[in-house]
Amino acid sequence: MDVAAIRFSGFRAMKKYWHVLGIGIQNNLTYRFNFFARTVFGLIPLIAVIFVWRKIYEGKAPGSNVGTYTLAEMISYYLLTAVVDALTAVNEDDWQIAADIKDGNISQFLLKPIDYLAYRLCLFFSGRVTYLAVAVIPLTLFIVYQRQYFVLPSGGAALAGFLVSVVLTALLQFFISYSMAMLAFWVLEVSTFIFILFAFEYIASGHLFPLDILPPTLSRILDFTPFPYQLYFPVSVYMGKAAGTELLRGLLIQGMWVVLAYILARLAWARGIRKYSAVGG
Amino acid sequence: MRVLKRYLTIYAALWKNSVTREMIFKGNFLLWILVELLWFGLQLSFIAVLYRHTDHIGSWTKWQVVVLIGASHFIQQIFQAFFLINCANLSELVRTGKLDFLLLLPVNTRFVISLRQVDLGGFINAASAVGVMVYAARQIPLTPSFLQVLGFAILCLAGIIIHYSLMFLLATISFWTVRAQGIVWGYYNLFQIARMPDEAFKGLFRAVFTFALPVLLVSNVPVRVLIDKIGNPWPMGLLLGMSVVCFIVSEWGWRASLRRYTSASS
Repeated sequence: MDVAAIRFSGFRAMKKYWHVLGIGIQNNLTYRFNFFARTVFGLIPLIAVIFVWRKIYEGKAPGSNVGTYTLAEMISYYLLTAVVDALTAVNEDDWQIAADIKDGNISQFLLKPIDYLAYRLCLFFSGRVTYLAVAVIPLTLFIVYQRQYFVLPSGGAALAGFLVSVVLTALLQFFISYSMAMLAFWVLEVSTFIFILFAFEYIASGHLFPLDILPPTLSRILDFTPFPYQLYFPVSVYMGKAAGTELLRGLLIQGMWVVLAYILARLAWARGIRKYSAVGG
Repeated sequence: MRVLKRYLTIYAALWKNSVTREMIFKGNFLLWILVELLWFGLQLSFIAVLYRHTDHIGSWTKWQVVVLIGASHFIQQIFQAFFLINCANLSELVRTGKLDFLLLLPVNTRFVISLRQVDLGGFINAASAVGVMVYAARQIPLTPSFLQVLGFAILCLAGIIIHYSLMFLLATISFWTVRAQGIVWGYYNLFQIARMPDEAFKGLFRAVFTFALPVLLVSNVPVRVLIDKIGNPWPMGLLLGMSVVCFIVSEWGWRASLRRYTSASS
């Protein structure tokens, strides 16, 4: 086969995924009001938790910190988690994948020359792009409103590291959710399992509070799990709490988790498809 | 009196139906209880971590806030047991046209819609919340009088009515727009702040969530009665008053939406 033909077929293969992206964005745009409502409603508990922390800092001696966080840093932490969440969270994709499996919609994918995981990844990406396009206005307005507390990135390396980490975080979130959705091949009702994992993720990835204000033994144990790399790590990079060699080491570990989650996703799909085909789907 | 007896009989039938249906999926039933316990544990760990770094939020000490979280969970779970899934299903009823069938029944439609299904797990979760409240009360230490416990129970009831009214109001939005999938999401985000001590909040935020969407009253006021943090009877009156107001507003919203719905489809 000559080089031109290989190059051309590769280009043709990529084109279909661009097409998926385009359709994904179109589809997601119909949900733009939903995304907007979700962002705005989500600001309510965010504002509440900021109020609570302000009250806590009020009750302490002036200038004292909670862990290594000043009041501004603590509030910035929560603002940044909202931003990273908008960029990386898996909102509906896991439900949709599970529904595809349950309803037998994946049969068509087995016949077409398209990889279901890549297809879903494109949809996830288009979903995040659309969500961000809608959420950027209320989020930015809110951050501007809180600007006296908002810390800027502690340097170019921190910002660059943050952006790289956000991409890795999004991939990690997707592959983990994809793997969880694979349970639909074996279990009728995956929602309970997804919620159980979500509960662990919610606390262990730093949604509720920055992980380094935990007792040190607990936070050391968490370092062996992928959870901190689903939210806490990119935020701590931005805030300069992981810098230099720590930053590189963290990015490497995060990358490792992404690869592991990808392998798990592929494996789970392969086993699931075997069972699915055996049943005559 | 006859009307009451009739509605109680209907409710008993609805109850029996739901219980039978839920017991078919026992594993699922237990898993959902586990999920709720996990989330409850999550909220408690949040407070545990916060209080590693302070010993008071305003005038609230750690165990007082634990009672607050327990009470919040209790109120929400009782609401969930009776009403939540029915409110969330309203948009489904509208979409599939099942509502038309329910409108024809010789029973108050809101009654049937709101109480169709019972979530038994909610009662078990509410019991866990009571357990946590009792434990925390002992740590304070607290020995509430019978009157205080009674006041607490009545105010919790008012809180449940507020949960129900606001959620039902949110659900009736599904009459006006087809894409109303975010309702449960809106409800959860709104009532997340009910777990926080009211003293943390100030200004416009506090005013809105006390006098318009009174989530800051729902758990705070009953708990304040229980733990002797209440200086005057105004907050109690306010909570009771707001529960009536919220119910009336939700009833107006329901009737207005229903008028629009029935006039449109005929």
